[in-house]
Order: sequence, then C-alpha cells, then structure tokens
Amino acid sequence: MEFVGYIPLLPFAGFLVLALGAQRLTRPLVGVVGVGSIGASALLSALTAAGLLKRLPGETAFTKTLWTWIDTGGLHLDMAFYIDSLTVVMMLVITFVGFFIHLYSTGYMAEDKDYARFFACMNLFVSAMLVLVMAENLPLLYLGWEGVGLCSYLLIGFWYTDKANGYAARKAFVVTRVGDTAMAVGLFLLYNHLGTLSIQPTMIKASSLWPHGSGTLTLATLLLLGGAVGKSAQLPLQTWLPDAMAGPTPVSALIHAATMVTAGVYLIARTHVLFMLSPLAMTVTAMIGAATLLIAGFSALCQHDIKRVLAYSTISQLGYMFLALGVGAWSAAVFHLVTHAFFKALLFLAAGAVIHALHGEQDMFRMGGLKNRLPLTFWTFLAGAASLAALPLVTAGFYSKDMIIWEAYASPLGGYGFWLAAMAGALVTSLYTSRMVILTFFGTVKTPVHHPPGLSMTLPLSVLAVLSLTAGFMETPHTLGGVHIFSGLLHYALPETKIVQSRITLEILFQILAATTAVGGIVWAFFLYKPQPEPAPSRLPKSIDRFLFSGWGFDGLYDRVFVRPYLALAHLDKNDIIDRFYLALSQASLGCNRIFSLTQNGRLRTYVWGMGIGAAVVIFMAVTL
Amino acid sequence: MLTIPTSHGLILAGIIFVLGLVCVLVRRNIIFILLGLEIMFNAVGLAFVVAGAKWGQADGQIMFLFILTTTAAEVSIGLALVFKMVHHFHTLDIDQADRMKG
Repeated sequence: MEFVGYIPLLPFAGFLVLALGAQRLTRPLVGVVGVGSIGASALLSALTAAGLLKRLPGETAFTKTLWTWIDTGGLHLDMAFYIDSLTVVMMLVITFVGFFIHLYSTGYMAEDKDYARFFACMNLFVSAMLVLVMAENLPLLYLGWEGVGLCSYLLIGFWYTDKANGYAARKAFVVTRVGDTAMAVGLFLLYNHLGTLSIQPTMIKASSLWPHGSGTLTLATLLLLGGAVGKSAQLPLQTWLPDAMAGPTPVSALIHAATMVTAGVYLIARTHVLFMLSPLAMTVTAMIGAATLLIAGFSALCQHDIKRVLAYSTISQLGYMFLALGVGAWSAAVFHLVTHAFFKALLFLAAGAVIHALHGEQDMFRMGGLKNRLPLTFWTFLAGAASLAALPLVTAGFYSKDMIIWEAYASPLGGYGFWLAAMAGALVTSLYTSRMVILTFFGTVKTPVHHPPGLSMTLPLSVLAVLSLTAGFMETPHTLGGVHIFSGLLHYALPETKIVQSRITLEILFQILAATTAVGGIVWAFFLYKPQPEPAPSRLPKSIDRFLFSGWGFDGLYDRVFVRPYLALAHLDKNDIIDRFYLALSQASLGCNRIFSLTQNGRLRTYVWGMGIGAAVVIFMAVTL
Repeated sequence: MLTIPTSHGLILAGIIFVLGLVCVLVRRNIIFILLGLEIMFNAVGLAFVVAGAKWGQADGQIMFLFILTTTAAEVSIGLALVFKMVHHFHTLDIDQADRMKG
C-alpha cells in the first residue's frame, strides 16, 4: 500500500498542470489531464480497497506516514493517511463519482472559454476532498476541509462576470466559515485537554479521560457538530446551498450533492467515539437532522428552478444522514451517503443535460414534454428520481432510506418522534420528486430542444443510473434477504447499531408503511400536479407558497439580523470614524511643523539671535536656580 | 605690585564679548561677522587669563594658546567660505545666503 500518497497527489498534479499550463494546452489535452488524473486516482483507490479487503479481518486499518508536517512544542503532526473501511468507501465514492462527473464535464463545458480553469478547480477539489477523508489527524482533515471550501467558492463563482454568482460564492464561503470557526475552536479544545490531534489516539484518550456525558466533551463535540452543520448545509446554516446552484451543473453534482456537503456526515462518523460519549450532542444531531429534512423538503415542494429543487432535496437528504448519525445508525448514514451520492449526482447531471439542451433554461415551468425529445435523459433522470423517492424494492434509495427510517425508531436513541419526522420527510420527498419529473418531462413542449447530449454526457448518466438502481442490493434488511455486505465492511470502522425493537412483525409493518408512503406520495403527486398544458405554479395558498419558496424565510431573517446591521455598521464606518483620532494627530503634528519651520528662515543672524537668547536663558537659570 | 581686581578683568572681558556678539548680530557683512567672532574669542581668552591669574595657575594662559590656535583655524576656514560666497553670490551680504530654509 505504498501508493496511497499518490491518490490525492495525482489530482493535485492535474491541478498544477492545468493551472500553470492553461494557455499552452489544447482543449483535448486539458480534458485528458483533468479526467485522466481522477481516473488514475480512482484506479489506485480501487487497488487500496482491494488491499484492505485482503488484510481483513486481521488488520482493520493501516496508516501511511509520508513526512512530518508540524513538530513544535508538544504538537507533532504527520502528513499521514489513515485507511480503514470508512475511508475506503469515501475514497471510492469521491473518485468514481468524481471521474464520471469529470467525464460529463468534458461535454457540458465544451463551449466554455475557461475550460482549463474549470478542470483545474475540479481537480483541486477532488484532491482536497481526498485529503479530507484520508487524513490521519484532525488538522490535516481541516486542511482538506478548507481546501474543499475554497474550491466550492471558486466554482460557485466560476462565471464571475455575473454579479449574482459572485454574491452566491461569497455567501457560501462566509456561511460555511461560521461552522468552520466553531470546528477550529473544537479542535483547540480537544488538543488542550488531550494533547494530541491524531484521530484514533484522540478518541481513545477521550474515552479514558472523560466520563460519559462530560461537559467539556459535550462542548467539544457540539463545536465539531457546528463545523459539520456548516459544511453539510444543515439548520441553521443551510441557506448557502440553494444559492450555490449558481455554479456550473457538474459542480453542483460533484461538490454540492455527492461529496463536499457529505463531509459533515463523514466528520461525525469519523469521530463517532466522541459523539457516543455525549448523549446531548447525539440528540442535537438527530434533532437538527429531523428538522432540516422536513424544512428543506417542504421548500423543495415550491421551487420553480429545477436546480433549486435538487439543492433543497440535497439538504433534506443530508438531514436524513444527520438523523441517522444522531440515533447511532452509523452504517445507515454512510450507506445513505453512498446511494445519495449516486442518485443525486445522476439527478444533477441529468438536469444539467436538460438545461444544456434547452440553452440554459432552468425554470421547470418553461420545460415540459421532454420525455420523447430526450429519451435517455428522461429514463436516467427517472431512475435517479425513483431512487430519491425511495421507490420500493428496485431502487438503492429505498434500501438506504428504509434502513434510516427503521433505525430512527428502533435504535436505543431513536423513538416515535424521529420516526414520524422521517416518514413525513419521505412523503414530501416523493411528492416534490414526482412534481419535478412531471413538470420537466411530461405535458406540452414549451422550449424547443437545441442539442441533445453527446456520448461524454450520456455515458456517465447511464452508469450512475445503473448504480442508483442496484447499489442498494449490497445492504438489504433481513426481512428482504438480509444482505449485509456494506455494513459488514463498515463495522470494522464503525460500531454496530443495537436494535432494541427487534420484533420482526413490527419491522415488516414499518417497512410496508414506508413503502406505501413512498408509492402513495408518487400517486398523490400525479393527482396534484397531473400533466396539463399550463401547470398551476402551486397547490398551496399564495402566502404559504411564498414562505416555502423562500426557504422558510431564513434568508430574510439572516438578512435582517446579521447582514443589514453589519452593512449599516460598515456604512457608518465608511468615513472611518475611528481614523478621525489618528487624522487629528497627524494634522496637529503637521501644524506644529508649519510653525516651527517658520523659524528656519535660512538667515544666519536669526540663528545667532536664537543661540544668544537660549544661552542667556540657560545661564540665567543656572545662576538663579 | 599693583594688582588689578579680578572683577575688573572679567567685566572688561564681558564688555568685549558683548561688543563682539552685537557685531555678529547686527552686521550683515560676513567679514564683519568674522571680526565679531574674533573679538568674542579674545574676550573669552581674556577671561581665561584673568581667571588663571586669580588662582595663580598657568592653565588659563594655556587655554588662551589653545583658543589662539582654534581662532587661526576658524579664520582660515571662514575666509575660505567668504571666497566661496563671493564667488557664488557676488556679494558679502550674509542675508542673501538664506536659501536653506524650512
């Protein structure tokens, strides 16, 4: 396993080549470097996974130290990668989904003048994301964490000539920074008490140093949770993600759906020992997840922009993962992370194909009837949508979401409240998903198709569609076959979830309920939003519709509470009130200078007078005093 | 032997010093300023000699010799400056050389 260092290095090398040689490379060459570096990285990740599988179960993890990063005072940090089954799963998702999205981008971005800059940023992103998931210590994880934040900023504002895009990029950067700061403080707190920041020793020391539910530990975990909430766009820091859709669609697919936004989920799973020691932090995580999945789900129901529907849907699905983490359903959270990466990347890419074909049209009310115009896009989108809506038995989303819904009730930390929230979320999910499909692909044609997607775009769509449908079969509930490949692998890194409610009839009942909810939602949506020539914008009263459309008014609230007071302060200080004092100082000294420079008139005799009078005064004083 | 009181000598030295100072202050001709400086030097020298006589020591006269030497050096440099000034400004008026001001 000597080569794991190359896995993040290859995309980084690709970034350097593309960033420095952008002017000299031809377009095909840019594509080869951009896609090839990720492809090579994906192959190496697969080899790593194979190597780890070969060592299991004797050796569940290994560490590869490249060099000493920081060694000062009592702090020793290595540039080291820690590979266990959780890392491997994340690496595979990042590199393989990343590879297909890069491949898709060669078609989607083909006419963009900043082709090389796009691939440079994407490669840098993949590199940073790999560092994040492979990091052996928390500061290295933080390096990757900030790296992906930077790339997110660069790519949201990719078309920087439009002011709104720059604003969206800044918003994403600033809002996530709120969480990042909390996380940094959490890291300082952990280091202060434990004296180490390597992840595994930190967890071992924490569990021996702190009793269950200790106050300091709870504070530290809540601060880490703050970082996760910011990155994963959970309540109350979710407002940046819908605006982040200003970036090119492959960016939304890769960064704001499949990988970066799941970094928060990964962080909590990685430091699960700390969270398990703090029941309060677990409950907060679960409650944030439950609240977010409902709030974002309802918002998705009222959006017009297809990408914003998907953005709210992403927030909602991440809410499911947080709920799962909060009830201790670690494998379920990561399983949903993986299936979500597949089907949400697919949905974004398919939506991108639609937008591309309609020359940048994103409003679903101006789409429609694309079923026959873009058949392959339609079928792949349908596969992704079915998986998102958790269509029973045949989709990956069903298995992962069902696992979360069941464990939200049956795990020791779960309960009826969480189960109900998850069920309501499932209903809303299938409603907005069906609404999106109906508005986009059924009904009458409103915008003509300009150019259908080429092979570079359809191939990733097909592959991801297959994965969206079949990835669920590696983990099925024991009422449906009981395949446990995925959780069996993950249990080398994450603890198993204890099921307290183990009556099989109850589980079957709950699964039937979940399946009925998903199907019922789809059927209900066809009645509510049935294909018609001029679909009504909403089925809800206007005020509620507007409230949900604006994302529950969070943007307006933050605008009033934070942005406007801050801007008012900035405006007040535009004339530099504080600087007045220093300006006065400089003015005073300048005035003195003018007065004294009058005495320097260049005349020798004046100086002699001055010397004479001065000497007389000094002598007078020396004699009399 | 008739001795002159020290105070007389010092008052004379003071008068001569003030005369020289007034000359430096009021005259605009650089030659006269140099002359005024010479007079002030001599007044100081006289004060040294008087003080030396008062304490009965040779130090005062030795200091006068030093002052003479310094004066000679000062005058030679001063006259060189006068030459430069005449060359440059075509006048001896010290007030004409006032370009170096704040």
